[in-house]
Amino acid sequence: MDFTTVNFTEVSRAFGRRRALHRVSLRLNAGEIVALLGPNGAGKSTLLGLAATLLEPSSGAIRYDNQTARTGGSGLRRCIGLLGHDLFVYPELSAAENLAFFAGLYALDDISARVDAALERGAIAARRDDPVSSLSRGMRQRLALERAVLHDPRLVLLDEPFTGLDDAAVGALQARLATLRDAGRIVVVATHDLETIEPVADRALLLWNGRLETIERGAGSLRERYRMVGAAR
Amino acid sequence: MSFAATVWLVMRKDLRIEIRSREILYTTLFFAVACVLVFAFGFVREGRALEDASAGILWIAIAFSGTLALGRAFDRERHNETLRALMLAPVARPALYVGKLLGVLVLLAAVEIVVVPMIALMFQANLLAHAWLMSALLVAGTIGFAAVGTLFAAMLVRARSRDVLLPILLYPITIPVIIAGVRGTAALLQAEVDVPMARAWLSMLVFFDVVFITIALWVFEPVMTE
Amino acid sequence: MMNRLFAPLAMIVAAMFAYAPIMIANAPYESTMGLIQKIFYFHVPAALTFFLAAFVCGVASAMYLFGRRPSADRVALAAAELTVLLGVIVLISGPLWARKAWGIWWDWDARLTSTLVLWLTFQAYLLLRRYGGPGSDRLGAGVAIFGMCNVPFVYWSVEFWRTLHPKTSVLPTLQPGMRGPFWFCVVAFVGLFVVLLAARTRLEERRAELEQLYLAVEGE
Repeated sequence: MDFTTVNFTEVSRAFGRRRALHRVSLRLNAGEIVALLGPNGAGKSTLLGLAATLLEPSSGAIRYDNQTARTGGSGLRRCIGLLGHDLFVYPELSAAENLAFFAGLYALDDISARVDAALERGAIAARRDDPVSSLSRGMRQRLALERAVLHDPRLVLLDEPFTGLDDAAVGALQARLATLRDAGRIVVVATHDLETIEPVADRALLLWNGRLETIERGAGSLRERYRMVGAAR
Repeated sequence: MSFAATVWLVMRKDLRIEIRSREILYTTLFFAVACVLVFAFGFVREGRALEDASAGILWIAIAFSGTLALGRAFDRERHNETLRALMLAPVARPALYVGKLLGVLVLLAAVEIVVVPMIALMFQANLLAHAWLMSALLVAGTIGFAAVGTLFAAMLVRARSRDVLLPILLYPITIPVIIAGVRGTAALLQAEVDVPMARAWLSMLVFFDVVFITIALWVFEPVMTE
Repeated sequence: MMNRLFAPLAMIVAAMFAYAPIMIANAPYESTMGLIQKIFYFHVPAALTFFLAAFVCGVASAMYLFGRRPSADRVALAAAELTVLLGVIVLISGPLWARKAWGIWWDWDARLTSTLVLWLTFQAYLLLRRYGGPGSDRLGAGVAIFGMCNVPFVYWSVEFWRTLHPKTSVLPTLQPGMRGPFWFCVVAFVGLFVVLLAARTRLEERRAELEQLYLAVEGE
């Protein structure tokens, strides 16, 4: 079921003895782009996984308006899209077949039109029938992105979406994120690429050793402010 | 997305991938044949197999090659973490299980279509005499084995030591299937064919299938969520 | 509650095991097998408790999987270890008995073979929990549920498979004089199971507390 806010309340997640997230509280609202920053191993992927309902918190609660992952069930999952660190596409199938499969799984109507549109937007229409394993890294990344948002989800979670993209594609993606935001979507982008995300992000969160900090707006570039907050830790 | 539609979609996707490369099919088939040969050398003396050996060899070949096929089928879902993408989709999770199960069954059926006549030939075992009953035994037995195997293979996708853990977990649980399959088949191969006996083993297999598929459907979602 | 009952219960069980040999020695001789048969007073109660332990493991696993209670998982792990332990007792005492009574170590007797298969299942459970990496508690719970539900199937299939071969072992019918020691030993074994289960579960609870402390420290 659709929602407009996502609330993390004191969410922790441990894997055995390793704590990935430590009492993270945050609120995401419709119509914003949030940059999720932090060094490797800080817990960004874990946070995205929790938001996507793929992981359950060890403690704390995640609410989508009034729903939880359990109460929302498959209706909730329909409104969430995730671009993971691994691409979530089948290398043996073609780009078109992958998109058609997921469109079917998400019970979308007019599948072939949607698939065509997605291939166009991802600039992979020319190679639509080639197996994904034969596509370049950048093309696979673009396909994975299209797959993640094919069903027009409310919550768009992207883990390192700019990896492997050339300048033109980066520009297209930035414009795409802005369009999503303007359409009232909640966009969370986990990335190392501060310079690329800076022009589009509305706010920035820093994950350090599983703990969350907000990087305040202010003078200086995002990188400078990131360094300051990082140094203070 | 209805349950049946999800099942169909997942199964069709698996079969499409398999038809393209035929990798799992060929390798599993070859392995099954090699398996039969290895056991044959163990049990055939002076050109005649020991009594009942053919029934045993058939089901062992199915068990071993089935385990291999299951491992490979789920390795595919580990690539690019597509199993997570499936779990993320707004579908009934048990439908994913059934879809994958059907895909594995089709694969094993293709292997059995080759191996059964081969064994009938090599061991002069008249496996095709009571074709319906024999097929029923094969179907019920393969379903039982694959039902448990699909669940365990899915469970182990993200576990360490998954390659060796799958057979360790699967074989003890599927021993009733193997016993029933072998004894049922043997009953059909005896000098005096014992049809009631074969039917009795068949009913046990069907019962096993119903119980364990039900449990698997029930257990799939809690076990697969992290 | 378990804490207060533990010590007295442990003492009672210890006393029962101390007294058991006396009861067994005084029990009547079985006609065909003589002294050898007396191993049955430990073998069968151990087998009954083995099935009890497997059942407890399965039920606790179901409670963990569907009720998400971490305490249920600890009980399941402890019960699985006891299943394996009791299984070893059964699988050693059985062949010893068979060897002395009928001259062969292993004759594929239905009960012993079923025990072996179940023993393998729960040993595999322990291997999974040990080597499966993080998340193997949930996976193990699934295996335990399957294992428990498999008990009747294993028993029927092995039993039916065995009836095709002539039986060489016959469980003696219980003469009146044997019932006393037999049930005494059953109670002793069940008591032992409960005591060890409580102790092992408590150990797991301590380990979980330790993990929490590690996590808390790491957070600093």
